Amino acid sequence: MRKFKEVFIEKSLLTSALITILITVGIILVLSLEAVNFFREVSIIDFLTDSQWTPLFTDKHFGIMPLLSGTLLTSFIAIAFAVPIGLSISIYISEYAPRSFRKSIKPALELLAAVPTVVYGFFALTVVTPFLQSFIPGLSGFNSLSAGLVMGIMIIPFVSSLSEDALHAVPNSLREAAYGMGSTKLQNSFRVLVPAASSGIIVSVILAISRAIGETMIVAIAAGQQPRLTMDPTVPVETITAYIVQVSLGDVEHGSLEYRTIFAAGITLFIFTFLLNTFSYKIRKKFREKYE
Amino acid sequence: MKKILFTSAMAFLMFACGNNKKDDSSSGISIDGSSTVYPVTEAIAEEYRNEDPKVQVTIGVSGTGGGFQKFGRGDVDIANASRSIKEDEKAIAEENDINFIELEVAYDGLAVIAHPENDWLDCITVEELRTIWEPAAQGKIKRWNQIRSEWPDEEIHLYGPGVASGTFDYFTEAINGKSGSSRGDYTASEDDNVLVQGVAGDKYGLGFFGLAYYGENSEKLKLVGVDGGEGCVEPTSETVSNGSYAPLSRPLFVYVNSSSVKNNPKVIDFMEFYLEEVSSLLKDVGYVPLTEEEYKRERKKFADFVEQNKAEKAE
Repeated sequence: MRKFKEVFIEKSLLTSALITILITVGIILVLSLEAVNFFREVSIIDFLTDSQWTPLFTDKHFGIMPLLSGTLLTSFIAIAFAVPIGLSISIYISEYAPRSFRKSIKPALELLAAVPTVVYGFFALTVVTPFLQSFIPGLSGFNSLSAGLVMGIMIIPFVSSLSEDALHAVPNSLREAAYGMGSTKLQNSFRVLVPAASSGIIVSVILAISRAIGETMIVAIAAGQQPRLTMDPTVPVETITAYIVQVSLGDVEHGSLEYRTIFAAGITLFIFTFLLNTFSYKIRKKFREKYE
Repeated sequence: MKKILFTSAMAFLMFACGNNKKDDSSSGISIDGSSTVYPVTEAIAEEYRNEDPKVQVTIGVSGTGGGFQKFGRGDVDIANASRSIKEDEKAIAEENDINFIELEVAYDGLAVIAHPENDWLDCITVEELRTIWEPAAQGKIKRWNQIRSEWPDEEIHLYGPGVASGTFDYFTEAINGKSGSSRGDYTASEDDNVLVQGVAGDKYGLGFFGLAYYGENSEKLKLVGVDGGEGCVEPTSETVSNGSYAPLSRPLFVYVNSSSVKNNPKVIDFMEFYLEEVSSLLKDVGYVPLTEEEYKRERKKFADFVEQNKAEKAE
């Protein structure tokens, strides 16, 4: 009886693990099959080099670059905002803050990641954008700056929490040795601990990047819906995710070329986040437990 | 011999017709046609459901042309149309022995919108609108001063309905000459509130959408007059309903089949309800109502049409 129980539990655990793998495989299959159909009609060179994306209009262009630039621009702004702040927070919590404060501030920070992204989207559109417009003349109602900044707020906990774990995991012997050599707290933090925890910090940043790239609602609401190849953060852009939302909500006919564009866009997005995740996995594996 | 063939053919035709009519009256009211008129008729049908829940009203959206095709074959009782019936469509209906009546139900106006701080744009010509929105402008017309040289040397940000929108079809047909032909590099959304947000927050923005959405947000937006060749006209209920706001205004119609009126009393009931209620429902769906006299005229027109058909049936 006991043995049967063991076997049953083992098998059900295995099934759960297999289900996640099967779902991933299924998603990849659907994405690639539809994308292959798309690339039968549109050459992959046009897809990668054309600077316009207007698949729904009379003059059709299928260049992914405007959507990709929109995605990268908003993500870049988010990362540029979140990494310095997140890192400072993590150093403060790990090295400076009293233990009791650390206990209460960490869950509070993680709440930021629990706010629904649609709320962030409207926060960007109705609060942050008007605020920025008060000192940036010519800022559009939809722009990548405001969407990027708010997305940065959203991913701060990704950076701060994981970096803090990494900093905290640095063996105390290193701290003691640094203090023994007469270093100040600041020198100790930036010259010893941050380099020692760098693998964990890099992983946290990469995870934050892939979160930002895949983020949908904030950019769909606040960054606009105009595919535009630009690095100007004050004008409306459209990200890959926002385009997918736009087309899925419209009345594009299933099975048409216009419909397949969302799979081509989707697979581009998937490749990006997949590479980033693999990269972060490699780093984690390579540098883990270096000091133990 | 010839005569026998002829009579049997006639008998067959009559039999076929009779069958059709029977189907119509038992299966409720069938409507098809323009997607622009659809929201109006749909709102009416919803209200009518409260009046008479047993009548099934089905409304298709095949476009005005598609609606007239079915109407001319006698497949539908009522056709929604955003233009008058064409001669060839009329000829088909006559060939199939279908009489009908045209009833005006509403006006549709389209507003060109800018930011309230925009102090250079009060009036835009139809040619300028075409310069901005034609397919050839895609990727080329990007700055205000490319349209009129005294306008600022700033990037122009365009907002408009997406391709799934009837307003898009209508605007592209009126401005670019062909429904659906437009540049593609603008902020396109089927949700007019997104467009309102966009233009309201963008000093160098320019957009277009149904007049009703301007009415709701008039304090955040600036209405631009349109010059269709006879001076600048701002869209108001008045200029839209008298047609002087051209080419961005037009009347909307429904067409009613006479044999439906003869054989399906519910169609009469529905149309009477339609003409009675439409002006109060129009605001919700964003169109301009006709004047009270005009509705009276349309109701009279329909009542006469019903009388005439009843008389014909009695004969």
